[in-house]
Amino acid sequence: MARKLRHKDVVIIGLGWTGSILANELTDAGLDVVAIERGPWRDTATDFLISYAQDELRYRLHHELFLRPAQMCVTFRNNSSQTALPVRTWGAFMLGNGAGGAGVHWNAETWRFLPTDFTLRTHLTQRYGANFLPDDMTIQDWGITFDQLEPYYDQFEYLCGTSGQAGNLKGAVQPGGNPFEGPRSRPYPTPPMKQGYGHVLFAQAASELGYKPFPQPSGNLSRSYTNPLGVTLGQCTYCGFCEWFGCANYSKASPQTTVLPVLLRKSNFEARTDCEVTRINLDRSGKRATGVTYVDTSGSEIEQPADMVLLCAFSLFNVQLLLLSGIGAPYDPNTGKGQIGRNFTHQTMSGALGFFDKDKYNFNPFVASGAIGMCIDEFNGDNFDHGKLGFVGGGYIGEVQTNGRPIESTAVPPGTPAWGAKWKQALHDNYLSTIVGGSCHGSMYSYRDVHLDLDPTYKDRFGRPLVRITIDFHDNELKMSAFLTDKYAEILQEMGAAQVVKKPRKGPYDVTQYQTSHLNGGAIMGTDPGNSALNIYLQSWDVPNLFVQGATAFPQNAGYNPTGTVGALAFWSAAAIRSQYLKNPGPLVHA
Amino acid sequence: MFQINRRRLLETSAIALLLSSQSSRAALIKGGIPWKPGAADPPPVVRPGPWHFFTAQEAATVEAFVDRLIPADDLSPGGKDCGCAVFIDRQLAGPYGHLAGYYMSGPFQQGTKQQGPQSSTTPAQHYRTALAALDKACRSKFGGKTLAQLNDAQKDQVIGGLENGSFELDGADSKEFFKLILKNTQNGFLSDPIYGGNKDAASWKMIGFPGTHYDYRDWIGRHNQRVTLPTIGIADHPNW
Amino acid sequence: MRSRKQWLFALASAAALCASACGAAAAGIDKQDFGQIERGEYLAVVGDCAACHTLPGSGHAFAGGRPIETPFGTLLSPNITPDPTTGIGAWTDQEFVNALTKGTGRHGTRLYPAMPYTYYTKLTRDDALAIRAYLNTVPAVHNAVQPDQLPFPFRMRWTLAMWDELFFKPGTFHPDPKKSAEWNRGAYLADGAGHCGMCHTPKNFLGADDKGQRLRGYALQGWFAPDITNDSRRGLGGWSVGDIVAYLKTGHNQTSAATGPMSETLNLSTSKMTDADLKAIAVYLKNETGEGNAGKTASADPPDQTVMKSGEQIYADECSGCHTPNGKGIAGLFPSLNSSPVVQQTDPTTVLHVVLRGALSVGTKPAPTAPAMPQFAWILSDKDVAAVVTYIRNAWGNSAPAVSAGQVAKTRKMLVERSD
Repeated sequence: MARKLRHKDVVIIGLGWTGSILANELTDAGLDVVAIERGPWRDTATDFLISYAQDELRYRLHHELFLRPAQMCVTFRNNSSQTALPVRTWGAFMLGNGAGGAGVHWNAETWRFLPTDFTLRTHLTQRYGANFLPDDMTIQDWGITFDQLEPYYDQFEYLCGTSGQAGNLKGAVQPGGNPFEGPRSRPYPTPPMKQGYGHVLFAQAASELGYKPFPQPSGNLSRSYTNPLGVTLGQCTYCGFCEWFGCANYSKASPQTTVLPVLLRKSNFEARTDCEVTRINLDRSGKRATGVTYVDTSGSEIEQPADMVLLCAFSLFNVQLLLLSGIGAPYDPNTGKGQIGRNFTHQTMSGALGFFDKDKYNFNPFVASGAIGMCIDEFNGDNFDHGKLGFVGGGYIGEVQTNGRPIESTAVPPGTPAWGAKWKQALHDNYLSTIVGGSCHGSMYSYRDVHLDLDPTYKDRFGRPLVRITIDFHDNELKMSAFLTDKYAEILQEMGAAQVVKKPRKGPYDVTQYQTSHLNGGAIMGTDPGNSALNIYLQSWDVPNLFVQGATAFPQNAGYNPTGTVGALAFWSAAAIRSQYLKNPGPLVHA
Repeated sequence: MFQINRRRLLETSAIALLLSSQSSRAALIKGGIPWKPGAADPPPVVRPGPWHFFTAQEAATVEAFVDRLIPADDLSPGGKDCGCAVFIDRQLAGPYGHLAGYYMSGPFQQGTKQQGPQSSTTPAQHYRTALAALDKACRSKFGGKTLAQLNDAQKDQVIGGLENGSFELDGADSKEFFKLILKNTQNGFLSDPIYGGNKDAASWKMIGFPGTHYDYRDWIGRHNQRVTLPTIGIADHPNW
Repeated sequence: MRSRKQWLFALASAAALCASACGAAAAGIDKQDFGQIERGEYLAVVGDCAACHTLPGSGHAFAGGRPIETPFGTLLSPNITPDPTTGIGAWTDQEFVNALTKGTGRHGTRLYPAMPYTYYTKLTRDDALAIRAYLNTVPAVHNAVQPDQLPFPFRMRWTLAMWDELFFKPGTFHPDPKKSAEWNRGAYLADGAGHCGMCHTPKNFLGADDKGQRLRGYALQGWFAPDITNDSRRGLGGWSVGDIVAYLKTGHNQTSAATGPMSETLNLSTSKMTDADLKAIAVYLKNETGEGNAGKTASADPPDQTVMKSGEQIYADECSGCHTPNGKGIAGLFPSLNSSPVVQQTDPTTVLHVVLRGALSVGTKPAPTAPAMPQFAWILSDKDVAAVVTYIRNAWGNSAPAVSAGQVAKTRKMLVERSD
């Protein structure tokens, strides 16, 4: 029998980026907030010590900062003809855990989506005609525009101190920035990061080919910065151990380095770590959340009543909890009915290896940061004419190599023996003069058959069904990937590479190949309960005192890293809660 | 002179453990950043000594194996002298060896290649089985000699045979075992010296990776220049 | 609120000046004088009564029972809530004033000088009564504390009579007519209720202030509370008045961060004081002329170059990532080691403590970041610590005595034996 605690105004499930931002906003509004976090507390000086943070084996190979599949797992299959099996160890995506969530171990690449990304179906239909899109592609407009979200992109970037070069200020294109970006109201809070040799060479070659390269927007900061909350971040030192690792010198934007120091001082906030929420509780009508039930490390079940529930547990687990709690109708790909689990997407990543003459080129790949790099956006979204290409979508292309870690980032030319003296020689000859980390950050649009639901067989440690992922690449994305990869390879040639080895994405979707952790959708936002699980404020259509944060809301993914948009949506949703919902709790949108 | 005791302050201020009669455990974070003096969780530093996992026979086979995967030459010492067998031994004796953290609930069933590893066999079990099978196969093929007793050309022949599957093992999959030991050996060669391999950061010196420097602000702008910092590891600082 | 504080400051200064001019103190406690109660609450903050008399986490302000370490054993602080049997509710006002200014308790028994009466003696009677008025209003808590925890012979209170005879000169503050009102206010606070010297003045073997070394620093609880005279190398000489105010108010300034026991002083006391009072203290400390202020202190012997080279390498590998190659750190985040007074104290205990165990800096509303230094005890040997600490004490124009591996070993052992 669950022990019932005293009531709180708000219970937040998960203390990652969105949980931290929402907790801070709502405690500012005077509410009594508790956050329940499945993983442990993490903090810079306790967990990311400079004396041992740069440990590739521990953090990259052995996944120390991530969720253990033993604690919570997911199952995967390419299509419904297969039996989904557990992802017994992570591969294609790395699931975060602990205070700060993915904000601790991300690269801090902080992008905005394009204006056309938000009105995607309307825009593509207008430009290319409805028949241009595959029948089973289920993309849709978000229900909000870039311009509506712009102030909140700004708010997230100024929270983080994002380092970048504006490309479009209030409609005026700026030199040195991304000429394709939507109009921003003001420059980035800090200047762009310095770049390494490989990154600069890419930019030069891209310019020669007629593109407009610009520095990747970075949440690793180019200089020390104090954000509007009064929290100070440090200057990135290009240590080359960013994604997968914690930052030892407060220079990577994370909940710890931007929000938590302020949030934790508030008397109306507390966090309980190492507790797993097993259920969002509903009243008898099923239309109102009464709080959550969670389990602590001794296995005791505890009920936390609250007036409002914020589900901030990452896309996969948001959907799992919705399904386990009986909120909304589960999606059935055969009938197309039900909103929970539909329009799940990942990213379509590809790249190429560029081998350069070792006597002429030294890239010092280990001098790098998580969001370093020079990029071009000519082939992202609908920035280019797809008419004759036979696909839609795209991605930024960049020399964004973040590290020279010996196990992960040593490449040898094709044909090199896998072991022995020749292998050693190839390692020696190529380490400093090879670009391995360029990338085409391709979009993945949504499809009828790519979805989430509950696994019929495999269970978690509480006996609850795991979330099941059914996903494969579609021709559209594979064509796009080949196209982008070719463009990148051209630039590598222009840079002077002696040998280019293209690595376009090939199907089937492989759960062992890392392709970023940008998992989106499953409870998407929209204008109508018939086309979405959430309204544009991320409020559940089914349970109005439940808000579901994060990339779960994306109807499809774009050709960018999602965290900038996740942060913007969190602030946008928080603003609506503070200015409208708290004054008048109930549905904010009447469809 | 007269000093205020801080014990109670630290115990009760920012982090409190909720202890109920059922000894429920969750960390309650309230009031400030929880931090304890001396907090740290450093990696275990491997020290030379007796084998933790391998038997003497297994160790001899593995040492011979790693010394051919990474032969000694001008570029670096061989895999054995670099400590790759020690690395593998300590890894197998530790969490990696028994797939700690993996989802190990059944049912276990083979899936597609894209669905990833589905076996309940741990690396420790895999090595135990495969090394025994390898010794048996070598003895059978080479007149009673195990891998360590063969000459280099013969060793390479065996290893190449495992790689392409032609050298069969009774009770183990040659290719799968080869992939495993190759990965482990190369990881040992290239990881931080604290883990027992990559002795004296030999591989890092070979490739030109200066190791665990945290501050490269002076170098980010020096394009196409060789970094002249000493090669260091987490616990390897010959420059101190 | 600001104008009220300014008014309080003016009132307090006037009272301080008036006390000596007028001789006799004001009449006593007026229960309806809310101004007096507010003034008392403020003075209790300045005097940091809660630091000893409130057990953290107990939820009972001023109810005592907090263990206080002394070189002679552990004391428990008394209950100073108005409870009539276990607190001071039954005391007369004069007994209360005597406790603060004469070091005597109920019925004239001597208090242990763990109670800083040697400093509080400077309080005017008015101010002492104001504190009493405030304490009369806090919730009465029934908490019987047995204060006599010291072993024989230290629990014999009559030994204190001798101690007082030798080391205690009671008497209220006398402003210096040659100095500004602001300086006098600062002196009244720092040497009186603020009792800075309690931690920052070295002691003799009987635990009394070494008056010839006022505010030159003192080792306690595993730390070294630094020199806060205007010494240009080891004291506040390189800090402006604004730097001192920022530090006391927020716990941070452009070059330094408060940590260790000073964090509590920040949280409970100085961060709640008025800007004007903090400025007065700063002005006083900056202009502190008296015995012991030697101006620019002589440099130590130049250290061994092999040690310096080793330390430089350690610094580059482990420290530079935060404290930057030139030691200047990042304002508001990583303290500057370059020209740092804390780094250059003759007694290196604080630097060793921070390097070995790490340190969490204080977080306040204006400066919430609270960055922490991680521990290095696990990776740096005694020899390594000696080298890198000797290096930072002598690089970039710094100058301080070298630190030996033996000193580090002793400090490491001392810290391991502390649970805090």
